[in-house]
Amino acid sequence: MSSQAVARGRVRMRTRTRAQTGRRRTRTNQILLWVGVVATILFCLFPFYWIINTSLKTGAELSQGSLFPHHPSLDNYSSIFKNSDFTTALRTSLIDAGAATLISLVVGSFCAYALARLRFPRKFLLLAVVLSISTFPPIAIAAPLFKLWTDIGLYNTYLGLILPFLTFVLPLTIYILTSFFREIPKELEEAALVDGATHFQAFRKVVVPLAAPGLATAGILTFIGAWNEFLLAVTLTSSSKARTVPAAIAFFTGATEHEVPFGSISAASVVISVPLILLVLFFQKRIVAGLTAGAVKG
Amino acid sequence: MATTAEATFVKPRKRRRSGLSERRLAAAMVSPSLIVIVIVAAYPIAYAIWLSLHQYSVIHPGLSRWVGVDNYKDALTSSTFWSSAKTTFIFTIISVSLELVIGMAMALLMHAAFRGRSVLRAVVLVPWAILTVGTAIMWRSIVAPDVGFFNQVLKALHLPGANTVWLAHNGYALAVMIFADVWKTAPFMALLLLAGLQVIPDVLYDAAKVDGATGWQRFVRITLPLLKPAILVALIFRTLDALRIFDLPYVLTQGSNGTTTLSLYAYQQLTQNRLIGPGSALSVLTFIIVMAVSLLYIRLAGDNLRTMAAES
Repeated sequence: MSSQAVARGRVRMRTRTRAQTGRRRTRTNQILLWVGVVATILFCLFPFYWIINTSLKTGAELSQGSLFPHHPSLDNYSSIFKNSDFTTALRTSLIDAGAATLISLVVGSFCAYALARLRFPRKFLLLAVVLSISTFPPIAIAAPLFKLWTDIGLYNTYLGLILPFLTFVLPLTIYILTSFFREIPKELEEAALVDGATHFQAFRKVVVPLAAPGLATAGILTFIGAWNEFLLAVTLTSSSKARTVPAAIAFFTGATEHEVPFGSISAASVVISVPLILLVLFFQKRIVAGLTAGAVKG
Repeated sequence: MATTAEATFVKPRKRRRSGLSERRLAAAMVSPSLIVIVIVAAYPIAYAIWLSLHQYSVIHPGLSRWVGVDNYKDALTSSTFWSSAKTTFIFTIISVSLELVIGMAMALLMHAAFRGRSVLRAVVLVPWAILTVGTAIMWRSIVAPDVGFFNQVLKALHLPGANTVWLAHNGYALAVMIFADVWKTAPFMALLLLAGLQVIPDVLYDAAKVDGATGWQRFVRITLPLLKPAILVALIFRTLDALRIFDLPYVLTQGSNGTTTLSLYAYQQLTQNRLIGPGSALSVLTFIIVMAVSLLYIRLAGDNLRTMAAES
């Protein structure tokens, strides 16, 4: 016991002397840290502040570039909500991204379960195919889908966008869900199997409820992915009947600076960003877990 | 995540169960995903290759003529193809390197212990949550002449260039595009790297400190090597995304002033110029470039990825 106390004392002594010599250094480190924190917060938030600022300005004030709106007004917001092209696009985006998310969760969870738990031949090949889809440049399928959809009547329809959205979000869903399924203790399913359940019942009644957080994570990330999709949304639609929000906003944007209705377009960008920001902040932990799934374990 | 599985559990004896065999069940569960992938990705790719070998007329639909590799020859000898390839690669290399450096700094900052760390971790998610189209509009308004914030700052500081129309100049337009991309995705990079930092045991740093290693030495000798897998994964994700970039130039400049990327050039040929054959050839070339780069990465990343794949 006495030798332990001596050792402890020695450690304490050593830390004290080190603390003394390093005090000045710690202080500069502290200052650097806070400079970094402030810089990061400004870097991340200022541009968003700027667009809110622009969205609250009208008329002559729009062309003054002041840091605050002197006469803040919500006119831009009321004007975009009166614009039926925008509100229709908002509804279309919700339908398209929502449907793609729901379908990809159902279909993707089947595939992920098979990858995580079942033994079958050519599993590695399947994984490679799924992952390679996520590297596809969407432009590579834009022309053929345009032709194909025109031929079979899917051009400029909801389904015409839901299907490609689904394809592009499916790999991420499968990837996230596979890593979540793998973390669920095998013993729980095995218990169900011993009790006479089939593999599918074990999946449906044991694994899916336990993987609810994983489903939420995958759901949010796929929704954001589909909500964000742009190339196919502009290629496969031709009117406000099927145009999603990103495509609609780009459609309103003129080619030169003078044609850009900065006020209303900024308001539209704020309207479509705020729900996503809230969603992301609310599910922060889940999203970070989902984004980094696999990135670390490797 | 889940509660501890009881170690007392006895492994079940294999028993004949009702229901599908494991293999059949696997096939049944995998097939819906495969069907979607085949219909909306594999078949269109094959079709794109077919289209790229034909001269296709939109005016007389269905009238198509086999032209072999002519469309590819045309593409590879056109200066627009090479300039858009150059733009794409410059954009990719600069933006991904900046994202790595800034993302690493942000990750180290978020990893440091200080009060209010969770606020910082929430704040960095904001750029990531904003639509790319929104991001483009945001930066367009920031660098807009007269009205833009950027020129106001230059004016206030009496710096040159306060009247520059940034998006109307060749180099500057690309710089704005790069900066907008860095703004949106550096935080994403930071989160991936932070996750990697969190699994490095503190003991290593303590030991190095005792041995008298400086902060920089600890970063180079401990952090970087142990973070390598996370860095590689983040680089792969970001590089492949950057090579496909389309929405930023589309909304920022419509591809003018040296911002036409490969995807945007192919899109313009396909939709605006209605050149289905040549446009498809460009799409296929873009596809090949992206695939080649990802294979190159897998080669370079080698062991790291192989162990990752083996675990799955």
